[in-house]
Order: sequence, then structure tokens, then C-alpha cells
Amino acid sequence: MTEHHLANSHLGSLEYDPAPESAAIAHLQSSYGLFVDGVFTDASQHEQFVTLNPATEATLATVAQASVADVDRAVAAARRAYDTVWSTTTGAQRSKYLFRIARLIQERARELAVVETLDNGKPIRESRDIDIPLAAAHFFYYAGWADKLDHAGFGASPQPLGVAGQIIPWNFPLLMAAWKLAPALAAGNTCVLKPAETTPLTALILAEIFQQAELPPGVVNIVTGDGSVGAALVDHPDVDKIAFTGSTDVGRLIQQRVASSRKRLTLELGGKGANIVFEDAPIDEMIEGIIDGIFFNQGHVCCAGSRLLVQESVADEVLRRLIRRVEQLRVGDPMDKNTDVGAINSAAQLARIEELTSIGESEGATRYTSSCALPDKGYWFAPTVFADVSQSHRIAREEIFGPVLSVLTFRTPEEAVAKANNTKYGLACGVWSEKGSRALWVAERLRAGVIWANTYNRFDPTSPFGGVRESGFGREGGRHGLEAYLDV
Amino acid sequence: MSTAPLRLVTEQDHGVRFPEISRVPAVESETQLRGLLASLSGVDAVGAEARAAKLATRSIKKSTKLAAIDLAISMVDLTTLEGADTPGRVGSLCAKALRPDPRDASVPAVAAVCVYPDLVAHARSVLGGASVAIAAVATAFPSGRASLNVKLLDVREAVAAGADEIDMVIDRGAFLSGRLGQVFDEIVAVKESCGRAHLKVILETGELVTYDNVRRASWLAMLGGADFIKTSTGKVPVAATTPVALVMLEAVRDFAESTGHLVGVKVAGGIRTSKDAIRYLVLVNETVGSSWLTPDRFRFGASSLLNDLLMQRLKQHRGAYVRPDEFSGD
Repeated sequence: MTEHHLANSHLGSLEYDPAPESAAIAHLQSSYGLFVDGVFTDASQHEQFVTLNPATEATLATVAQASVADVDRAVAAARRAYDTVWSTTTGAQRSKYLFRIARLIQERARELAVVETLDNGKPIRESRDIDIPLAAAHFFYYAGWADKLDHAGFGASPQPLGVAGQIIPWNFPLLMAAWKLAPALAAGNTCVLKPAETTPLTALILAEIFQQAELPPGVVNIVTGDGSVGAALVDHPDVDKIAFTGSTDVGRLIQQRVASSRKRLTLELGGKGANIVFEDAPIDEMIEGIIDGIFFNQGHVCCAGSRLLVQESVADEVLRRLIRRVEQLRVGDPMDKNTDVGAINSAAQLARIEELTSIGESEGATRYTSSCALPDKGYWFAPTVFADVSQSHRIAREEIFGPVLSVLTFRTPEEAVAKANNTKYGLACGVWSEKGSRALWVAERLRAGVIWANTYNRFDPTSPFGGVRESGFGREGGRHGLEAYLDV
Repeated sequence: MSTAPLRLVTEQDHGVRFPEISRVPAVESETQLRGLLASLSGVDAVGAEARAAKLATRSIKKSTKLAAIDLAISMVDLTTLEGADTPGRVGSLCAKALRPDPRDASVPAVAAVCVYPDLVAHARSVLGGASVAIAAVATAFPSGRASLNVKLLDVREAVAAGADEIDMVIDRGAFLSGRLGQVFDEIVAVKESCGRAHLKVILETGELVTYDNVRRASWLAMLGGADFIKTSTGKVPVAATTPVALVMLEAVRDFAESTGHLVGVKVAGGIRTSKDAIRYLVLVNETVGSSWLTPDRFRFGASSLLNDLLMQRLKQHRGAYVRPDEFSGD
């Protein structure tokens, strides 16, 4: 072979002029209250916290910090709405409201996308093309179920649980709200939703949408604040169900606290997803799939394909192409329509990513980091790939929740399965092979709630999502998603 | 402490790298050719379409848009391939090719005019030694249903009449029925008959149907000596699409990396708007890079596209659209 030593054709040489989406579309208010019993109210202690734009560290708005008394008020409103309106209305009526909400999300999609990107740091392309359309799709999907619960496979006239306390993370703020609220409302429950502290804004716009949709007061209440608000919700005696998406550590605490109570619980927790690449995989699409698997949403994805298991015979070729592709990623202003990778959501998360990557280096893995320029202000981490990772490295075991991929190799399908399953988590895995029988053989043996074949990070409201082992239990999406909110 | 290598991705890791000395493997038997094509990675249709759709969302604005429009104009093979073509029409096409907007000398000339072989001589008489090339569709275009001798004669006559480039069609029937050696030999023979003329091999991807076929046909054509691989004749219902172009660009990239030989790509059929053209340029930019962002390696086979490019160009400069009638019809 002739030496390959020149970058003879430069990718991305056509420089794209900035194409920023307008921040003015957000129509942000300077401060937001709690949404309780159909109206926005101040917190009882008048405490507030600030939510930042992680790409610039600029303050976006101040938001009410709920107290225990506020959570109590919200739960009482939800209970009242459950007893007097929502549990007694017909499925067709609930369906009508859910369809309205879905339509209103679509109508305000651009505004929601801009707010999501400002508050979260994710690229506008993703909030515009994925988060917001999927959130609307979840409401549409469950709107269809609301009057058909008798036929959902849970027996004749399955009953709702009552008041659901729902605690959601910062990585997909509106989408996670939709995942939680849509099935709960369709099944006839009322809700108290607690958005993440760093990303409360789209949930509050969703509250405005509930007002527009004339959803009866108290059916959904939104309480903002730090972890103490979530704790108050978890501990509240009049809550019938807790649904939590977030870290495994917090999930474990919640499970301890609801133990011996009558509360139902579903948990969607962390993951360390393995993307398994066989030598016969469709190489170009597989490279894209690996990239999507780990750099989608800056890797702030519980089901991220953060471990790449690649067959030894193609490992060098895959790594070469992968690194080239990583270097091509456009990192920067999340509001630019051409940005592929945006800002890390918070200083705390950035510190966690930096800590684990430096551990990866000291453990002896080879680190490749994109040479992209990073903005001066804000929280940023350049896309990174670790090669020569072994199963015992912490970067192969712990969830980094950032744009960092660990590459390991395997020789046989058995070894791939063994390595993929050698984790405490079990949320998602990917298999890449043109051979259907092999993909199925592997999929059958993987211990994970979601297995993708020749794709990764694809979501659809009709498809159940959830984990096994320390990735949690319960399913969201699809017919299965109703079960979490029905007394079955 | 850290002793492990921390590597920033460097120039070495970036871009498409090809050997300095070009070395295309010799194909000695149909079995060898079959093995070579079978060893190519498959294409996942869902993934390829998703990638193309994602790149179609790139937002190209301001100076990038202007640069892209001018680049696209310079890549147009201004085409007329109608039974009703006349010398007059071809003459007017040549004038437009040289000076797309008669009021504005800063508009670049297009890459080539593309005509049937019998009109090559007339085009040559109009264009003389101008930089705009003359491309002729030969080899019993568009169906390719003629004997090899007829096809080769078609090519030789077009070249003798002054064609700089030959757009040939492959025998899709032979390809689809697995007679790969026949398709290959034909390409080799046509290439030989081209002499100094450049050879563009039309795969007619709408008839190949699958992306796997597109990838294999691309490699087959490149191994046979194609200077360009081209999507379509424009004469069947399915012409160029962005996923097909993506697969072909990946093929020329991989071929360049393994052989050092850089092959161009021409997309043809159904590309009518500047927006479409810019989407293809984004594909080129992000799949194969700078070496292909030139008329020597990327072309648009089109007719009405040119006027839309001119209109958008004027709009970028003036801030308002002009009437379509401001531009000549041919």
C-alpha cells in the first residue's frame, strides 16, 4: 500500500455563514411562577432561582422555588381535580384535551424549540426536528388511547391510579414532560410535574398551553425548584404514583423512600449502552449511527451508545473513519441551525465529564479529542473518543453523560454479548450487521430494555422504552406505557 | 499521573486521504470483479436516507449562499436532449453557457453543454475554443440497447466531431442479470474509444433501484476507467436523489482512498432549483470535501436549474426577485 499521509481533500471546506435562529421568538418573561390549580402563582416563601443559558452563562429568567407547602398545594389541587373532574369524565373528553395540547405544541413549536435550546444548550436542529415534534407526537398518540383503555389489554375498564408525581431530567425537558404527562392523563390520572432545576422553562410554556387548551384546573400542576421539591413530592402521603427519570443514585433513594408506602413507582435511570459493530455492518450508516448514538444531545442521553464494541477485524478502519467524522462535527452556538453539538447543560455536569475523562487518560486509554474551537463563555466539552479501552476502565463502566465514547474490541459474537452485558445497567444497545440472523441472535442475548438494529437513538411514541437492572423498571411509550398509570 | 497519549485530532485524521501515486487494480476476470464488488460494504437504506435528509437541513445563507450559487453555475452541464433539438436551439444554449447572464460578466460560464452526438459539430462551431466543454451522450443513449459496435461508433463519431466529454449509459439489463463482465468490458471499450475525451458513466440509478446496486455499479464503472460517474439519463421516472448521490460520493471517496484515483460525480435529472443544487453541494462538502468542490469533479446535468441559480444570485445581490422572463428560456 502507498502511504496515506496527506489530507488531500478537506471536509467542510465550504465555510457556512452563521445561520442563527432568532432568540426573540422565545418571548421569555423575566420571571415565572409555579403552575398550580390552573394559574401561575408565586412560591409561598417568595423564593426564586435563576435559570441560565448554558451556552453563554447569561440569565434567562428567574423561576419560583417551590416549598413543601407549595407541593402540598399542588397535590391538593391535583387530588381535587382527580375527584371532581378528571376521573369522572369520559375517555373521549380526555382525548379531546390531549389532541388540543398536541395541536398547540405544534402551533408553538418554533417558540418551544428556541426556549428549549436556550435553556438546555442543545442544538436548535435537534430541538426543532426531534424534541418538539416528538413531544407533540406523544400527546397525539396517547390522545388516541384515552377512549380505548378497555381494549389496551389490561382487562375491562382499567382504573387510573390517582395523583401522579412526576420528576423529570434536564436532558430532554419538554419531551420528558410529554412522555410522563400524556399517558398519565390519557389513563385518567392527574399530575404534579417537577421539571429539572436547570431546565424549567419549556414545562412552564407547556403550562400556558394547558391554559390555552382549557384543561380543567388542577389536572396538571407544575412545581419548579431543586431536589427538595422532588423529595417533597416523593414523600407526600396523598401521591399515588411516582414516575422518575434521572440518575441511578437518585432513583435508588426514591425507591427507598417509597418503599412501604402505597405508592406505585416507575424509574427510568442511567445507562451505559453498547453499540456492537460486526465486520459486515453497513459501514457508512454505522459510522453515522455511532455518531448519533453518542453525540446526539451532547451525549446527555440515558440510552446513549457510550460504549462502542467493534469487531477486531475492522477496528482500525472503524476508528479511522470515526475520528474523521468526529472532527467534522460542528460544535458551537446551539442557536445556529448548522450546529451539530451544543453546550453542556451545567457547570456541574461539565465537571463530572472532565473528571471521568481525565480518569480515562490516567487509566491508559488513548484519547482523541476534536480540535474544534470552543466558545469562551458557557459550558463546553469537545467531542472525544477513547480507544484502547478495556472492560475494567471506569470510562467503560460509569455513565459519563457527555460527548465521550469508549471504544472496545471483540472477536466473537459470544464475546460481544458478554462484554455488552457486563454492566450494572440495561437500558439500550445497538447491533450493526447486514446479517439478520446474527442481529437477532445477539439481540436475544442482550440484557437491555431497548435494542436497536442498524440504527441508534430512534424514538417513536408507539414503541415502549425503559430499562432493566439498574436502568430502572416500567415502560414509557406504546400500549405498555399505559400500564404505568393504570391499576393493573 | 497521566502518561497516556492525549491526542487532538489532527490534519492527519481529517479529510479524505488518498495515495499520491494512483494505482487502480487491474480487473482480469469476471470472477475477480464479482469478488471485488461483493466485498464492498452494504448500504443500509434507512440510514443513508436519514443521513441525506439530515444534511438537507443545513442552512446556507449570505456569502456562503452566493459562493455556492456561483460554484453551482460553474458546475452545470447545460443540457438539451430532445428529439426536437435544432442547431438554432443548440446555438442559443452555447451562447447561454458562455455568458449565462448577458448583463453581468461576473457570472461564471457553465462547465459544459450536453447534447446528442449529431449536434456536437454545430456546438463546436459556435463555441470554438472556448472554455465551455462539449459533452455528448453516446452509446445508444438513453436505453443503451444497441450492439457494442454501434455504441463505439457512436462514441468515435461524437469525439471526431469535437466532443470533450462522453456521457455513456451502462447496460442495466446486463448489470441486473449479473453479467458484470459484459458491463465492465463495455466501459473499458468505450473509454478506449473516447481517446482524450473524458468519460462519464451513467448508472441510471432509477433502474438499479437499490443502494447496494448503486454502490457496486459505481465501483464497477470506476474500475472500468470512468472519469465521472453519473446518476441518470433524465429519461426515466426516478432520476437523481440525495441519498443516491450520497452513496456515489462515498464510493468515489473510498475509491480515491484505496487507489489514489479521483473520480467525479454528476447528478442529473430533476434538479431544478438553487435549493436542490445547494443541498447537493452540502453533500459534496461534508462527504468528499474540497477536492470535489470543483467543476472538474462535480457536475449538475440540468437545463432549467441555471435560470433559477441566476434568479437567486440576482436576489442575493439586489434583495428582491426579478421576473422569470428576465432570463432567456434556453
